[in-house]
Amino acid sequence: MLLSVEDLHVHFPLGRGQVVRAVDGVSFGIGRGETLGLVGESGCGKSTTGRAILRLVPATRGRVMFDGRDVFALGTGELRALRRRMQIVFQDPFASLSPRLSVGQIVSEPLEIHGVGGAPRERDEKVAALLDSVGLPREASRRFPHEFSGGQRQRIGIARALALDPDLILLDEPVSALDISVRAQVVNLLQDLQERRGIAYLFVGHDLSLIRHVAHRVAVMYLGRIVEIAPAHALYADPRHPYTRSLLLAVPVPDPARRRERAPLEGDPPSPIDIPSGCRFRTRCPHAQEICAREDPPLVPVLGADGQVRPEHLSACHFANSLPVWNNATNPEGPQPAVPSR
Amino acid sequence: MAEPLLEIENLTVAFPTGRREMARVVDGVSLTLNRGETLGVVGESGSGKSMTALSILRLVPEPGRIVQGTITLEGRDLLALPEKAMRPVRGGKIAMIFQDPMTSLNPVFTVGEQIAEAVRIHRGLRGAGAQAEAVEALRRVHIALPERRARQYPHELSGGMRQRVMIAMALACRPDVLLADEPTTALDVTVQAQILALIGELRRDTGMAVLLITHDLGVVAETCERVVVLYAGQVMEQADATTLFSRPAHPYTQGLLASLPEAVPEDAKRLPFIPGQPPSAAQAPTGCPFRPRCPRAMPGVCEKPLPTVTLAPGHVVRCHLYPPPPAPTNGGARMDAGNVPSGTVPAGTPIRGGGGGL
Repeated sequence: MLLSVEDLHVHFPLGRGQVVRAVDGVSFGIGRGETLGLVGESGCGKSTTGRAILRLVPATRGRVMFDGRDVFALGTGELRALRRRMQIVFQDPFASLSPRLSVGQIVSEPLEIHGVGGAPRERDEKVAALLDSVGLPREASRRFPHEFSGGQRQRIGIARALALDPDLILLDEPVSALDISVRAQVVNLLQDLQERRGIAYLFVGHDLSLIRHVAHRVAVMYLGRIVEIAPAHALYADPRHPYTRSLLLAVPVPDPARRRERAPLEGDPPSPIDIPSGCRFRTRCPHAQEICAREDPPLVPVLGADGQVRPEHLSACHFANSLPVWNNATNPEGPQPAVPSR
Repeated sequence: MAEPLLEIENLTVAFPTGRREMARVVDGVSLTLNRGETLGVVGESGSGKSMTALSILRLVPEPGRIVQGTITLEGRDLLALPEKAMRPVRGGKIAMIFQDPMTSLNPVFTVGEQIAEAVRIHRGLRGAGAQAEAVEALRRVHIALPERRARQYPHELSGGMRQRVMIAMALACRPDVLLADEPTTALDVTVQAQILALIGELRRDTGMAVLLITHDLGVVAETCERVVVLYAGQVMEQADATTLFSRPAHPYTQGLLASLPEAVPEDAKRLPFIPGQPPSAAQAPTGCPFRPRCPRAMPGVCEKPLPTVTLAPGHVVRCHLYPPPPAPTNGGARMDAGNVPSGTVPAGTPIRGGGGGL
């Protein structure tokens, strides 16, 4: 494992004894060259988890090991050295690039800060090569961010993250702000870079269809916890947590012939200040029983249809092995799409 | 059966860009919203979809202006009405909801007061009657404990709840048309599903028509009967939803649908994509605005104004791949408006339709 996160907690005190439990006991690992998708709705703690791993927000408890080193135990100098190997790409390509710096300055800044890249001329060469690797012309280095479209700016942000040749990049909703016709370009670029350079990605997002395409494994977060984690194929084909199922059912399908009558998940997630007892999803769960209020279900491997343990597929549900058989279908007997008469 | 309620004809909205030029952010758009239907208007940023909706209410922001076209609601041209006559239309006949409810809710009034104000203005109810109607409006959008919520301020509500309040306010005046501009884009998928279900339910109950503006083709597929695809201010394609998703005719529509992760087989390594970037209105190319990114662009042909071709009843495409039938006067053989392979259309094919000049 390149990265392993163990029992990570990030709590924000509000005063008067109130605490926001934004991340509340999260564990997972990422291998070299692997993409882990971290999905969940706003406020579930997915971005905070990523930022705590990079020590951009302080963790309250837990441990993060990166390539055998304890990230939270590092001193300032060691942390800086480690940050060369862990980079981040932000969601908003308009807010995350300084409007006063040229593209060349933006991309070479990490090289300067870390004192790598050599003499100015070598550095210029390196910047040109970085721009080339993200599909931007060399001349872009003399221009300024406002001269570029959203997709191009995100390429600049990716070039900056690549400058130090990192092993891991935290991608925090990297394409959510982009137009649909441009999203696929940037996603393909990220996948190409991963293949060529063996970079691992922690891909934080809310678009389940996109995560399915880019991630090797997927973790679903709800109210500060991972409720299910599995190889991408297994998570979508055989989800074993009712929350994962609700999320998958809520995604609109771009095919009118598969229009579904669905019962949307009711209500809003509870506040992370006042987390329900037992299973934190029970207040909205269609399968909740009495045990769910009493006992907090651990994240444990599920059983396959053959009764064998599936060590890679974990769910935190008391009924993970007795949920109805999943069928995200399409419901062929269901209501047919309305075809307007003429 | 389909009864036109709102008709937009050749609408052009332009912004000055310095010197003597104008950027046409909406460029000759024509569309029809039928009574009781949900029409999807799909496009990326800069496609003119929001500006089209604002034009309907005559709320195009300065210095932009409507330079051409007609917008007819039940036979009345809204663009020809005196300003005073527009007031009962805005919020009364036609209501609008936006992506960010905080921009349309006033932070210093309770949500009950805000809904009651709309009811007073448009329906003439007073005092306790207006208050009761506000509570009723909140109940209709399935807000629990509506009496209590009516006394709360917008900041006390969650994002999904605020969106419900905005819908309650829009519908309190029983509009015939709801313009919904990316109403669920800022929401999580589970809340989006709730809001879309709510809009669908209210539409069935009240018989209003919905113009749903979105960039999300999944949302369109699940909610709309018909779809208009906009690109760089122009209509590219128009069809019923089933046809558009199963037999898209325009290369832009085809490219959009192909690049959706849902459409890609699970073992596909890469997503198909449309190269390049959407143009800004100020630098839209002549002829077909999609031509610099189009895999089937024909040099010497696509620079010409776009033809408007009806492929089947209700399925309209604006693309040079589909030559229009010759004008009746020239007596030429009738060309089949089918899917002609690229390169077979002779330069000089008669052109019909297209955006009018400024």
